[in-house]
Amino acid sequence: MTAIVDYGVGNLFSLGSSLRALGLEAEVTCEAERLRAADRIILPGVGAFGDARAKLDATGLVPVLLEEAERKPLLGICLGMQLLFDRSFEYGEHPGLGLIPGEVASLEEDLADKALKVPHMGWNSLELVREDPLFKYFQDGEYVYYVHSFYARNCRESTLGVSLYGNLAVTGAVRRGNVWGTQFHPEKSGDAGLRLLRAFAEL
Amino acid sequence: MLAKRIIPCLDVRDGRVVKGTNFEGLRDMADPVELARFYNDSGADELVFYDITASAEGRGLFTDILRRVASEIFIPLTVGGGIRGLEDFDRVLKCGADKVSVNSGAIADPSIIAAAAKRYGDQCVVLSMDVKRVDGKFRLFAKGGREDTGIDAMEWAVRGVGDGAGEIVLNSIDTDGVKGGFDLEMLDALAARVKVPIIASGGAGNREHFAELFTRPGVDAGLAASIFHTKQVDIKDLKQFLRGKGVEMRL
Repeated sequence: MTAIVDYGVGNLFSLGSSLRALGLEAEVTCEAERLRAADRIILPGVGAFGDARAKLDATGLVPVLLEEAERKPLLGICLGMQLLFDRSFEYGEHPGLGLIPGEVASLEEDLADKALKVPHMGWNSLELVREDPLFKYFQDGEYVYYVHSFYARNCRESTLGVSLYGNLAVTGAVRRGNVWGTQFHPEKSGDAGLRLLRAFAEL
Repeated sequence: MLAKRIIPCLDVRDGRVVKGTNFEGLRDMADPVELARFYNDSGADELVFYDITASAEGRGLFTDILRRVASEIFIPLTVGGGIRGLEDFDRVLKCGADKVSVNSGAIADPSIIAAAAKRYGDQCVVLSMDVKRVDGKFRLFAKGGREDTGIDAMEWAVRGVGDGAGEIVLNSIDTDGVKGGFDLEMLDALAARVKVPIIASGGAGNREHFAELFTRPGVDAGLAASIFHTKQVDIKDLKQFLRGKGVEMRL
């Protein structure tokens, strides 16, 4: 069973239906016991980092997530991926979960081409920089769907794939040990995204 | 690199897809769920659903259709039509919408944009505008293009983005349904004023019109309805054609 962490942030409808479409058992939950019982965990999220961190803290699930990440696959999606890092500079400075070294910073500030729009919204090709079982059914250069204004940086040793926005290599997928993250939304990335979720379910 | 998007739009009334010309003379077309599945398989980058139902009964039907579509289609879904307050945002987001588009609702109460952006994030709020030239100026129209608000359309867009709209759908009433091409002049004027993604709507008649559209750097997506519904233009074929013209496309 895949547990989808429900901490009051974002829309879990598509994620649940993606997993069901793949014939996988998924459970949206905010209970520690269910996370412990799960084979793998997905940490979703949209919105602002500070707010999401506060909501996640309020569930009391952080120690459980840190513990479970030691023994089973954990996938953070979009803001859920950003939460895996050490810290974020979105509206101030907020601590992340520290599961992957790196930080989350403003795209706007780091984009050299100021004509580029923020949020980085739409389909961008994911260039794989490292082989990984997550890409078992995914081909280098396939398009995935992004919507975000902040991105992870200084995380080169964990980076699995990037998407170019202007000449900025936006961190698209990361991994450290049992912990994976995608900045894009696999549940919104059509067939390519479903194949990626299938590979995650097989980890 | 970021691809340009091709977006079919489904106007749904009483549970069926309809499409009019110049906003009038609605014609029954197809089952929305079936059509959504067809577009998902043919490479559409996103789907837009507009609920043009007036009755409460029709609204219930729409939410039901939306839920069915969202559980089968794994590309972004934008929903509009009858969005007047946060409870409407909530209703369609719970049924699987990713973005919500406001039009007349924002004209009636502009504070809805800021309130929704604060609660759901900028990326969730799409400002949809029906615009027509009046005395050489771009004027904002309400109620499906029937009512001149007297508001300057470009000022309206700047204000909406300032309040947190994360994307704009610009529908030109002047070119809508005419199939003579998108309103490039109007789109250029908008792109010069705002820095959020712009979705062009109104006027697509053939694939060359899309090639012409994407010569405009400020335009991120092209939206159309009838030419896709009637299969006059096939999305897969269109995207291949555009890529051949050097436009970044997801194939």
